[in-house]
Amino acid sequence: MTAARNQTSAEDETQILGAIQAWVEREVRPIARQYDHADEYPHHLVTQMQELGLFGATIGAQYGGLGLSASTYARLVTIISEAWMAPTGIFNSHLIMAACVERFGTEEQKQRFLPRFATGELRGGLGLTEPNAGTDLQRIRTTARRDGGGYLIDGTKTWITNGIHGTCFALLTRTDTAADPPHKGMSMFVVEKGPGFTEGKKLEKLGYKAIDSAELVFDGFRVDADRLVGGVEGRGFQHAVGGLELGRINVAARGVGLANAALRDSVRYAQERKTFGKPIAEHQAIQLKLGDMATRCEAARLLVEAAAKKYDAGERCDMEAGMAKLFASEAAVDNSMDAMRIHGGYGYSTEFDVERYFRDAPLMCIGEGTNEIQRIIIARQLIERNPA
Amino acid sequence: MAVDVGGLSPYDWGPTIRAACFGCGKSMKKIMVCLKRVVDYNVRVRVKADGTGVVTDGVKMSINPFDEIALEEALRIRERGGAAEVVVVTIGPADCQQQLRTGLAMGADRAILVEHGTELEPLAVAGLLLKLVEKEHPDLVIVGKQAIDDDCNQTGQMLAALWDRPQATFASKLEVDGDRIRVTREVDAGLEVIEADLPAVVTTDLRLNEPRYVKLPDIMKAKKKPLEILAAGSLGAALEPSLRTTGYAPPPERQKGAMVADVDALVGALRDKGFLG
Repeated sequence: MTAARNQTSAEDETQILGAIQAWVEREVRPIARQYDHADEYPHHLVTQMQELGLFGATIGAQYGGLGLSASTYARLVTIISEAWMAPTGIFNSHLIMAACVERFGTEEQKQRFLPRFATGELRGGLGLTEPNAGTDLQRIRTTARRDGGGYLIDGTKTWITNGIHGTCFALLTRTDTAADPPHKGMSMFVVEKGPGFTEGKKLEKLGYKAIDSAELVFDGFRVDADRLVGGVEGRGFQHAVGGLELGRINVAARGVGLANAALRDSVRYAQERKTFGKPIAEHQAIQLKLGDMATRCEAARLLVEAAAKKYDAGERCDMEAGMAKLFASEAAVDNSMDAMRIHGGYGYSTEFDVERYFRDAPLMCIGEGTNEIQRIIIARQLIERNPA
Repeated sequence: MAVDVGGLSPYDWGPTIRAACFGCGKSMKKIMVCLKRVVDYNVRVRVKADGTGVVTDGVKMSINPFDEIALEEALRIRERGGAAEVVVVTIGPADCQQQLRTGLAMGADRAILVEHGTELEPLAVAGLLLKLVEKEHPDLVIVGKQAIDDDCNQTGQMLAALWDRPQATFASKLEVDGDRIRVTREVDAGLEVIEADLPAVVTTDLRLNEPRYVKLPDIMKAKKKPLEILAAGSLGAALEPSLRTTGYAPPPERQKGAMVADVDALVGALRDKGFLG
């Protein structure tokens, strides 16, 4: 896809990131530990995110959004993740849903949904994963059968971010179960909760606390035909995959934030904590870790910037986004572990933030396509771009 | 000016008169707020190697926090109907437009940059602000009590003196009543309440309010608000310095401490160093 993409001037970016940083320091950082430990949904943060305009961050200005570039948006996600990664999920998958409508929807669908997405009046996310199909999306079982002027949807989705508190989802279904290959029979719908569409229980997780990941259950749920994204059946798989480049850049940006947070805490602690008569930062054992951690942060950031730049230029970037996601998420995991080693018992203690980084980081390796799949995507692209 | 040093009851003045007055439709036409671009309060300041100043290249710059409080107060007065317009002004290099843009995004109606490339003393700044006051005729000027970079705490007072209008410094509460203001000031003895006729200059203390955070859509909208640029030299104010800065140096590194066994040893050590008689 080479469509013109959003651009953000350096001046606007400075203002926007400055405003986000100020908000993070005042509102997000002070409550992160408390809400994470209580696994409590931060309702007041959501209200503030609405006021800040975050739910329209990447939606075009003509539909009431801010129209931020992927580069600026990635930096914004990193800044929030440096304080607390979890809240970025509240607007991240919401914006992937919005991008799906903006890129592939009919003009009527754009006019109808995007302004309400941008204000956060309608909030939600993506409904792709099912109990037996995540990475292998073509194996989903949720069906949408024609019924008069609309469709009847049956099936179960799981691990849906914002599943409890969100009300609107981009839902991947099969409209033709006989299609071969299966992806040719898949279609995306924009669905709002109502009779026949209920949320299951909130799923308990190791990390990524306070944010609702839930099951969505569809039992004879009826939608009008005008909810079919783009108005044509059989394009759903392309719609889902089309949002993954941006989704992976976003997950990578979260990884950079977590890796940076682990490094920042470690650099401070290593200068305060003393063993054998000197700050541990003066011991080689700690310096070797700090050296690796800082290098990972820098490399991860540069990979995210390179992928986002390609995305903003309208170029294909599935390989670059995959590399950024792979490296930045592993950097977050490695840095959080190194931070725990540097902090010793305090890293294991719930009175410090390191244990939260340690629990949050693995999500980046699993979500938005596992890192194993990223490696395969990278390799396939590598071969495709370099024929023998 | 009525002066009442000591305890302040909010009931003896504020609510009734304010309700009567804010309802009567009498409000100020214009509030002018002066912003200064400073090194962000979160940045660890470093002195340049040659001792000619502090490092600002690549350093995050922000609105002086006390000035941000001044702007917040002006916006609140306007939002409750006490003023029609809020104008933000600053003096400095072209980069100061960033801080004015932030002020516009917070809610100011328009901005003026007096462009000037080199450091100015408080008296020169006050002189330039006076020229802006004579141009704009604000009913009220609100400025931070001091800037966090040089901590001068002079500009507001000097402006009031040059303008020959009342000043109310270190405000922790500001109430507007028609063409008068009542200001609660934080002084060493406690709280002092003064009344002043408008126009006047108010300087803000930390506890006056908590500034709002900037909303991203407002940053985009602020780009359409007017920002006027004037050359400092064109305003006819005296800019010549009367002070000369001879050098900048970081504070000395903290000396390594020594552990003492008990109180007697501590007293002995303090006596040895001449801290005890």
